[in-house]
Amino acid sequence: MSDLTHLTISEARAKLRGKEISAAEITEAYLAAIERANPVLNAYVTVTADKARDMAKNSDAKLAKGEAGALEGVPLGIKDLFATEGVHTQACSHVLDGFKPRYESTVTANLWADGAVMLGKLNMDEFAMGSSNETSYYGPVINPWRRSRVDTVVMPTTHQGDGGFVSAGGTRTQRTLDNAQLVPGGSSGGSASSVAAFLCAGATATDTGGSIRQPAAFTGTVGIKPTYGRCSRWGIVAFASSLDQAGPIARDVRDAAILLKSMASVDPKDTTSVDRPVPDYEAAIGRPIKGMKVGIPKEYRVDGMPQDIEALWQKGIAWLKDAGAEIVDISLPHTKYALPAYYIVAPAEASSNLARYDGVRYGLRVPGKDIIDMYEKTRAAGFGREVKRRIMIGTYVLSAGYYDAYYLQAQKVRTLIKRDFENVFAAGVDVILTPATPSAAFGIADEDMASDPVKMYLNDIFTVTVNMAGLPGISVPAGLDGKGLPLGLQLIGRPFDEETLFQTANVIEQAAGKFQPEKWW
Amino acid sequence: MSVDLQTVKRVAHLARIAVSEEDAERMTGELNAILGFVEQLNEVDVTGVEPMTSVTPMEMKKRQDVVTDGNKPADIVANAPATDENFFLVPKVVE
Repeated sequence: MSDLTHLTISEARAKLRGKEISAAEITEAYLAAIERANPVLNAYVTVTADKARDMAKNSDAKLAKGEAGALEGVPLGIKDLFATEGVHTQACSHVLDGFKPRYESTVTANLWADGAVMLGKLNMDEFAMGSSNETSYYGPVINPWRRSRVDTVVMPTTHQGDGGFVSAGGTRTQRTLDNAQLVPGGSSGGSASSVAAFLCAGATATDTGGSIRQPAAFTGTVGIKPTYGRCSRWGIVAFASSLDQAGPIARDVRDAAILLKSMASVDPKDTTSVDRPVPDYEAAIGRPIKGMKVGIPKEYRVDGMPQDIEALWQKGIAWLKDAGAEIVDISLPHTKYALPAYYIVAPAEASSNLARYDGVRYGLRVPGKDIIDMYEKTRAAGFGREVKRRIMIGTYVLSAGYYDAYYLQAQKVRTLIKRDFENVFAAGVDVILTPATPSAAFGIADEDMASDPVKMYLNDIFTVTVNMAGLPGISVPAGLDGKGLPLGLQLIGRPFDEETLFQTANVIEQAAGKFQPEKWW
Repeated sequence: MSVDLQTVKRVAHLARIAVSEEDAERMTGELNAILGFVEQLNEVDVTGVEPMTSVTPMEMKKRQDVVTDGNKPADIVANAPATDENFFLVPKVVE
């Protein structure tokens, strides 16, 4: 049974349609895996076993009648940010205590319409604010990957009687897993951890500054943030509305393409949803990249970047070159200003979006002596430290007298960041290759990060530019570092050219191979 | 620019978040670290640059001015901490 959880979505799809396996069987396999692993990994905040079994039963009926949808019978995990009717939806915040929406988000409705099965809701940083999944009200998620040490062991000359094995000395290498627990990245930490640990076939996620791509890179999975406007934001708890986009985290590039095809749509309920038909992303996989122009931005080579990451980037360049791509050096001069501009724009929008949590219409209420006191006590008890910090920054930069100095300046810088990309694409570059993150996964409760919020924010240094410009970006696993942890490369594309990202990411995946953690949980 | 303890308390009140003296002191340090980090934006010459209003150039879609949803007050108040006959209950705001 447990092997069923190791099928990719494309493999499961073929076996389900070929009646080799049933939706009920694969669903049970995942539910059993979750039951065993979740007490350790904490990837799910709620498991919807009964609902999953009902959905699987419907899928089996459809499969029997030959009416299978694109994801018929495929079990998925859903980030807690997506409204799911009658099911826990709290953005992993205490302030939304007990909230069960009476409606379904457009993205999840699209997935169910295509036959997918919901396994449960996935852990995340509170309101998607964080890069380590440690700000969740439900506690941190554990990365299924651990560091390992490679030792050279000198073999003694021995004779072992009963086993009959004889060693003639010499050396061998031995890989030992370290016990230290690592973060899966964030904010979609539950999504990334559950996909990497085979606790769902694929997961929904969202990305405001890197929240799909950074956790994908930390867990050896594939994550794509599509162009702003490609997936409807309707029914997704809002963080920073001009930056938020939904996308999938999956085990390989093809699965990411299959999931994005179902998640994306044109939605009249979201005025920023773009009127463009959704292409068949899967068809882009396997197309040659001969003659494609790949840009390498010099500004993404930052001080203190580990040698492993620089080496991986060079490897990625070589793979694409070998596949016939033309490599060109490019410059995106405003790159270094993307992160500071983000830390004005995102908190400003968040402070406005999160004003709705007032203890009146949903969630937590802490009584007070009057209504203002009730608001203040409710929000003090309901929001965690990081969320409060961002609301405070946002409120400050939007307050009287500071708006021009901070918010207006940041939005002007944002125009320049977008212009950098436009210039490069206008010069004929098809896709940009960068590292996905400045480091591999780090430890739970890392002291450096805990003592300085800005250090944690630097995790998004390579991904945040893409959100500021509204472009699509994909993180694809490309290798392991010296400690055996996965590292990712990022590809950035033209607006609505996700197909080129899948096409190019597939070339990297073919060259690099796939990565999965050694099971210890 | 940096903030002092009084400013932090004022901003916390604007944001409707109760803060203790200890919280406010801690937040002052954290906020100043972030404000120090974003300070570098002042280096950028933005003369003649329009502030971004939308990442994707598009005309805002307008919906038909018709009723598409409604008649479900029970759903609207279903998640409220305190209700009475499909009204939200709040502490008295008018004497």
